[in-house]
Amino acid sequence: MVAMSQKILNILAQVPDPEVPVLSVLDLGIIRDVVELGDHKIEIIITPTYTGCPAMDAIATNIRIEMAAHGYGQVKITTALSPAWTTDWMSEEGKQKLKSYGIAPPLPKQQTCRSELFSEEAVPCPHCNSYHTNRISEFGSTACKALYHCQDCKEPFDYFKCH
Amino acid sequence: MKEHLFKYTLHLADNALILGHRNSEWCGHGPALEQDIAITNISLDLIGQARNFFQYAAALYGNRATEDSLAYLRDARDFTNCLLTEQQNGDWGKTILRQFFMSNYQSLLYDQLQQSKDEQLAAISAKALKEVTYHLKWSNEWVIRLGDGTDESHARMLKALNDLWPYNGELFIPAPYEVQAFEEGIAPDVKTLKNNWLNKVATIFEEAKLPVPKEGFSQTGGKTGLHTEYLGYILADMQYLQRTYPNNTW
Repeated sequence: MVAMSQKILNILAQVPDPEVPVLSVLDLGIIRDVVELGDHKIEIIITPTYTGCPAMDAIATNIRIEMAAHGYGQVKITTALSPAWTTDWMSEEGKQKLKSYGIAPPLPKQQTCRSELFSEEAVPCPHCNSYHTNRISEFGSTACKALYHCQDCKEPFDYFKCH
Repeated sequence: MKEHLFKYTLHLADNALILGHRNSEWCGHGPALEQDIAITNISLDLIGQARNFFQYAAALYGNRATEDSLAYLRDARDFTNCLLTEQQNGDWGKTILRQFFMSNYQSLLYDQLQQSKDEQLAAISAKALKEVTYHLKWSNEWVIRLGDGTDESHARMLKALNDLWPYNGELFIPAPYEVQAFEEGIAPDVKTLKNNWLNKVATIFEEAKLPVPKEGFSQTGGKTGLHTEYLGYILADMQYLQRTYPNNTW
């Protein structure tokens, strides 16, 4: 990431995720590399969040549009599957933005992603910060989210699940 | 082109596509909204995995093959998915049990396959494994909930078990392309996954108060294109659009 051009990164910071528009593609951690091929040609290497996520095609299109608006007409977008994306790559700023948007941000992976049966991650409510929450479903409105309910403020909320 | 690598990749793609398509038939019909969303999310993951395998298979094949031509323009005889994946949904219990058998299988398979000498198969498998881990947890929990639930749910699980059990053996009987892929270090030997799979199934069945059936007779043929009558109906439904309006893309 260090070697990537700050100028290009500033442009990519303007490209929102179509499903969770409060996050940029940079916040999501799906931009793996930017290669400047000279003469305003660039290659951007992205990795998918989930294999079936329909937003990935829209993200590639949105990147092209934003780059073109900044004078980069020739953008090659390459998808790399390995290493596989993890929510640990989401920026701290991105996690804060998610929380203010009403979606509980992913917990760090080493603490969770448990596969024990009937276990639930202790996810704090993004509205009132209470830990008295329970999981309604492991699968939510998009591939990346689970559905929770807060027992204190009674609000249902999405949890961007650990992956 | 390495023919067995192409055939092996296509086999992985077909398994994911057909199971994903079957699960997607629940869309709008799930027993509760949250579970409708769960089974369709699982479909989406499986179809995403299928796309990755199909794209790789198309690249291996060359000659203008695409993920679409491979998914939508082959006939039943050319599909090499396991028979288990094409079995009818039946009731919720049967769908759950089919998913449970396959998720246990896929989790063991992808875990090994992420060490494949073939970098692309390794990358797709490592990615898919993270998704399958969620499918496995979900289907394990449901098998316990239904097996150790009411008399009605228990009886239905017994019936589903009776219907589906003969299709499990095929998962562990390698087709010629699997044998070749194993010999070249591309794929694990599926025979060696069987004991581990049986142990995992038995552990959950014990909690679910379901009996582990004797091995018995195995239905086979799917891996080499000899299918049950159900696959043709799936393809008629799934391929209708591409055959009626050729060259549409995903």
